[in-house]
Amino acid sequence: MKITQISVFLENKKGRLLDATMALGKAGVNIKALTIAENEDFGVLRLIVNDPDEALKALKASGFVASLTDIVAVEVEDSPGGLAKVLTVLNSNDLNVEYMYAFVEKSADKAILVFRFDNIDKALEALAKNNIRVVGKKDIQGF
Amino acid sequence: MIYNERYECMSAQDMKGVQSERLVKTVAYVYKNSPFYQQKFAEFGVTPQDVKTIDDIKKLPFTIKEDLRDGYPFGLFSQPLKGIREIHVSSGTTGNPTVVGYSQEDIALWAEVVARCLGCSGAVPGDMIQIAYGYGLFTGGLGLHYGALAMGLTVLPCSSGQTKRQLKLMNDFKPRILACTPSYALFMVDDAKEMKIDPRQSSWEVGIFGAEPWSEAMRKEIQDLWNMKAVDIYGLSEIIGPGVANECEYQCGLHVASDVFYPEVIDPKTGAQLPQGATGELVLTPITKIGMPLIRYRTRDIVSLNYEKCRCGRTSPRISKISGRTDDMIIIRGINVFPSQIEEVLLNIEGTEPHYQIIVTREHGGLDEMEVLVELKESFFSDEVKQLQHIEAKIKREIETVLGIGAKVRLVEPKTLTRFEGKAKRVIDKRVL
Repeated sequence: MKITQISVFLENKKGRLLDATMALGKAGVNIKALTIAENEDFGVLRLIVNDPDEALKALKASGFVASLTDIVAVEVEDSPGGLAKVLTVLNSNDLNVEYMYAFVEKSADKAILVFRFDNIDKALEALAKNNIRVVGKKDIQGF
Repeated sequence: MIYNERYECMSAQDMKGVQSERLVKTVAYVYKNSPFYQQKFAEFGVTPQDVKTIDDIKKLPFTIKEDLRDGYPFGLFSQPLKGIREIHVSSGTTGNPTVVGYSQEDIALWAEVVARCLGCSGAVPGDMIQIAYGYGLFTGGLGLHYGALAMGLTVLPCSSGQTKRQLKLMNDFKPRILACTPSYALFMVDDAKEMKIDPRQSSWEVGIFGAEPWSEAMRKEIQDLWNMKAVDIYGLSEIIGPGVANECEYQCGLHVASDVFYPEVIDPKTGAQLPQGATGELVLTPITKIGMPLIRYRTRDIVSLNYEKCRCGRTSPRISKISGRTDDMIIIRGINVFPSQIEEVLLNIEGTEPHYQIIVTREHGGLDEMEVLVELKESFFSDEVKQLQHIEAKIKREIETVLGIGAKVRLVEPKTLTRFEGKAKRVIDKRVL
């Protein structure tokens, strides 16, 4: 099961993150998780939201460059060794992680790990084989 | 010293005779040897018979930089390649670079005119000159080199860069003359201080600076910091390279070698010759060249010409400092840069025209820096930072390949670059010259 992430290009200047989140807020988009990757000139804001299509529309209408990407979210126990357990599986299956981030679900005692793989289908297969629970759209995005 | 008193101090009347004779000869020569000029003259409805004195030059068509580009690589040579001894290449407006060819006679001419410039600057045979202009396809290094040999100077052919070594050689060998870009002269100050060399105690007494725009304020700064006399040299590869004109010790305009490069000032809009003293575009015609003599080459530099005899004794007309350009060319670290070159690079990378802006800066006492802002296109965008950095690096690499100088490239959000009357403002020059 893949989850849709929305990525936004942010120039490194005052107020751009605010502008992006304002645009989402006005469109009634709820942010579930977010991370920013940056270099000295620009950043890439990555978001998991309840409605990626609506978010994309709202951001583009506000002049942002944004795109949708398929990512994989897995659920682990919110306890020591949780992440390592998943990474062991990835490592032994030669799965390359482009980037990842994590957040904690407030309703359950679980942590959610978000992965961007270069080979997403192979990753899903390996995770399933090792009984690691892949979170569905419904779990996070509510549909 | 006046290197060639006969021509540099000739009376106006005699000079006119020399120029007329040489122009008539050159026009007949290109008409005979250059298919390009045969066609151009035919299209313009002139023949060599129409040119009897130097005043008839206004009947002739202009040559522009685009002609050189269209004739790439050797289309404007008036000699077969076998008759060409040396080729120099500079960056062109778009696509192809500008190629110029020198015959054996042209190399001798080059040496002669640069020797005159050296004399104008205050050099005398036996002086040592440190040449810190780039050697190679750029005309700066070799042009000064040939002139220095012709005059009988001791040459230190350092080329550009390696500042600490430049300074060590200056300190150890004591050259009296330095030739480089004015910004490099300022740039070297910090390194000198680091090396515990007092710039004011340097052996350089004369600096011959050119290949980029500089102001009186910059001259004063260089003269104060290095305790040397700073004079301006002017040239362009299409005419000969350095050696077209040079300031004398009185620093009151650049003496043009008008017996070999005939100068006119025209209205850039109408092309009409302007009266003496008026400000307009400088047009030059080399009237003794063999390899690639151009007829009425439009330099795009805005100047005025002063025909009064100078205090130094020379009668050759003096060009004012260049006050601007009639095109959008900018000069960065001695290299000519046209925004269209950047545009072409970007077109080749992504297939459509992106928006971009060039920002030129010069840190105090530093070298020119160029930053190119490129608006990110939807199709460019990736959620991976490394992909975006890869695009930046690719643009940077391509710009370096085309222009021969480094640039910083920065991706910016779409529609964020300043539009100017509906058109993007391509260049923001923040340099305080």
